[in-house]
Amino acid sequence: MSEVKYSKEHEWIKLDGEEATIGITKHATEMLGDIVFVELPEKGSHVDKDGTAGVVESTKAASDVYTPVSGEVIDTNQMIVDDPSKINEDPEESAWFFKLKIKDKNEMDSLMNKEEYEKFSKETSA
Amino acid sequence: MNIKKTSLNNLHIKYGAKLVEFAGYQMPIQYKDGIIQEHKYTRSHSGIFDVSHMGQLFISGGDDLTNNLEKIFPADLKKLKTNQSKYSFLMNNKGGIQDDLIITKTSDGFLIILNAACKYNDYEVIKSKLDNQYKLNLDESLSLIALQGPEAKNVLNKVIPGCNSLKFMNGNNYVYNNKKIYITRSGYTGEDGFEISIKHSDAETFVESLIENGSKLIGLGARDTLRMEAGLCLYGNDLDNDTSPIEANLKWAIPKSRIETEFVGSEVLKNQFQSGVKKLRVGIKPDSKVIARGNTKIYNDKNQEIGKVTSGTFGPSVEHPIAMGYVDNSYSTVNTKIFLEVRGKKIPANICNLPFYKKNYVKGEINV
Repeated sequence: MSEVKYSKEHEWIKLDGEEATIGITKHATEMLGDIVFVELPEKGSHVDKDGTAGVVESTKAASDVYTPVSGEVIDTNQMIVDDPSKINEDPEESAWFFKLKIKDKNEMDSLMNKEEYEKFSKETSA
Repeated sequence: MNIKKTSLNNLHIKYGAKLVEFAGYQMPIQYKDGIIQEHKYTRSHSGIFDVSHMGQLFISGGDDLTNNLEKIFPADLKKLKTNQSKYSFLMNNKGGIQDDLIITKTSDGFLIILNAACKYNDYEVIKSKLDNQYKLNLDESLSLIALQGPEAKNVLNKVIPGCNSLKFMNGNNYVYNNKKIYITRSGYTGEDGFEISIKHSDAETFVESLIENGSKLIGLGARDTLRMEAGLCLYGNDLDNDTSPIEANLKWAIPKSRIETEFVGSEVLKNQFQSGVKKLRVGIKPDSKVIARGNTKIYNDKNQEIGKVTSGTFGPSVEHPIAMGYVDNSYSTVNTKIFLEVRGKKIPANICNLPFYKKNYVKGEINV
């Protein structure tokens, strides 16, 4: 069974056993505008909860991508590197950023569920 | 501070603009289509830009106005014919640029289009340098609308018949809704286009009629990517009080006839014409897809800092990151290898010719 959770930095994370898939939310892409460049973490590297794990750039500005949990990077999505506009098209499915083998499932507890995130993103963009 | 709204504010909202504060005005950064689509629509069809935040300064009256303005601006105003425009600068005594502007000779004086963030200061500076016999009117009863792109002439001609006979950098009076409007053929996108000065009360219906004829509203975001592809400077980014027109590689805007004459900053410019400059504005093309934005440090192959990026983005039409900036003059030759420090890494790049995007050739040659 997989669950999707959300961070305050507008990342989504889907956990499947010990494997987590991470991307940025639709709300984030709407705030960023057209995405034209993405930098992903190296496969095999370790990332720490709330640390930077990549960069997205829109025509307007660069923004860091953070990882909502710690772990080892086991895969990255070459599709979005080759065509960053895919992130605007399908941010919460095919345009995922990276996959982690997570260290500590408990790190998921502090994250928001869908309902909480929707409320949060509405409040912060108001 | 009170944020000002332009006469098109309701229209911006109606067409789904994302509004931001810019130079004290609430302005659209983009509409629903987003920056890339808006940019491409301007290059393939035509785009409407609300530039009403810019200053429209009318100077008239008195004797010897042309001579006195030539003591301020390095343009050849005596040779300017009525309704003809020139790009020029308001400089300080050090030859630094206080603003870049367009001067048009009108039937009774001159019209100067000023950058929004500079206009009130420009007004004071210009007023202080002219004596009281002249009338200066920074007219805030007028909107300014730019229409840019290959279709601009057809779209505008449907609304204002006859305007497509205007030549580049020329203007004239026309009538809209029984009122006088002033149109110049000019712009800031590297495309053919027009700038229309019109009463606030007519601006909204005028823009709606352009939209009905196939044009679309375009935000400041695309205005920025369009001007960067066209190699044009943005005051505050690429030009400032510590940079001269020669250093900015805008020598072409200082006519030869003016070099030996006196104007504000002329001593410094004359010197730079003779002895050259230390830094020079150049085009920069990164080798990879990494974008180097303003303030990115530039290094040579020996890891010595040689300059700074002043504008950088992703160019939607050239489909590649583009930038401009200032480098030590000895590194300004085209194809010189340089390195840009982005997020701690040195990204290889080359000095390249400006503009990145050239329209003059058949269907728009791409110059990256």
